[in-house]
Amino acid sequence: MTETIVITSGKGGVGKTTTSASLATGLARRGHKTAVIDFDVGLRNLDLIMGCERRVVYDFVNVIQNEATLKQALIRDKRYDNLYVLAASQTRDKEALTQDGVERVLDELAKDSFDYVVCDSPAGIEKGAHLAMYFADRAVVVVNPEVSSVRDSDRILGLLSSKTRRAEKGEGPGPQHLLLTRYNPVRVEAGEMMSVHDVEEILGIPILGVIPESEQVLAASNSGVPVIHDAESIAGQAYADAVGRLLGDDLPMRFLEAPKKGFFKRMFGT
Amino acid sequence: MSLLDFLRPRPKNTANIARERLRIIVAQERATRDGPDYLPLLRNELLEVIRKYVHVDTDAVQINLERSSDGEVLELSVALPEVKAATGT
Ligand SMILES: Nc1ncnc2c1ncn2[C@@H]1O[C@H](COP(=O)(O)OP(=O)(O)OP(=O)(O)O)[C@@H](O)[C@H]1O
Ligand SMILES: [Mg+2]
Repeated sequence: MTETIVITSGKGGVGKTTTSASLATGLARRGHKTAVIDFDVGLRNLDLIMGCERRVVYDFVNVIQNEATLKQALIRDKRYDNLYVLAASQTRDKEALTQDGVERVLDELAKDSFDYVVCDSPAGIEKGAHLAMYFADRAVVVVNPEVSSVRDSDRILGLLSSKTRRAEKGEGPGPQHLLLTRYNPVRVEAGEMMSVHDVEEILGIPILGVIPESEQVLAASNSGVPVIHDAESIAGQAYADAVGRLLGDDLPMRFLEAPKKGFFKRMFGT
Repeated sequence: MSLLDFLRPRPKNTANIARERLRIIVAQERATRDGPDYLPLLRNELLEVIRKYVHVDTDAVQINLERSSDGEVLELSVALPEVKAATGT
């Protein structure tokens, strides 16, 4: 069985692509044949985060329009041979993605015995975002602890339970998870940022993971290596935990507390 | 907190403010989410009419769309302000 997972958020720039790259990499690392698809037509970025931008020859839209086969367009990851990237096209034609076309690609991935297909949604609630979620079995809603992101996530949760194939068939929404990213425990403790409990309570869906704000994320995107590869970084470790939970591991949440400072630092700041 | 922070005016606990605002707006948007597109507008116009007569908060009008086997029921509730004890005029 192939499981399709959409990474979505409504609001832009909250960490969907960062998350798609790390979750897909983590699933492959755990032995599952995985494809990660960039649905952000016109604003291709996943290829950069995955570090395969120079190997893109054909893209998602080429496959949909029968200009290339899926095999030709799938880019095999440098590190894991069970991980593939399907790049978004740089066309400005937003109509290039069609529901039938997307369905055909997903069916072909299923026939090719992929275990997971991770769909990196564009921001907003327009066509690309709609198609990214439409066929999903599960959803990971990426949210930052900030008012507009939380509100947009709730909007997306509403769409997930009404505007997907599952919902239209009356099967109800599939599992939905919250992934809280760019979390800063120091600011939470200072009362400057909503806590994981606040966000969980407002949105009322379970938390898959909390990814701390980390300098390592920029370093990872600079070098085109998904941050989950960086076992030293707390963001990488938090993503590895989230992958574990997706696969059913029971793991405690980490990195929710501010690192304890010594007396000197407390008195004189950092 | 560093020594310098003691000298600065401390910001309020804005995380609590964010949480309370979100609680209200999310509940409001959920109530009208699956309903027709005119519900939010209807709600606002009702609010304006009510405000001609009594002063109520912007979140005083709650709309709920209930679906049952017999059809849909639009439920409106208006929280009126507490009546202050009449002052002897
Ligand atoms: N945990 C984190 N710590 C620090 N920076 C982060 C973290 N997660 C994401 N970022 C940064 O936030 C920015 C946006 O991330 P990303 O591109 O993944 O978001 P997105 O939701 O895919 O954006 P878009 O809506 O434009 O597709 C990037 O610069 C990324 O490096
Ligand atoms: Mg993105």
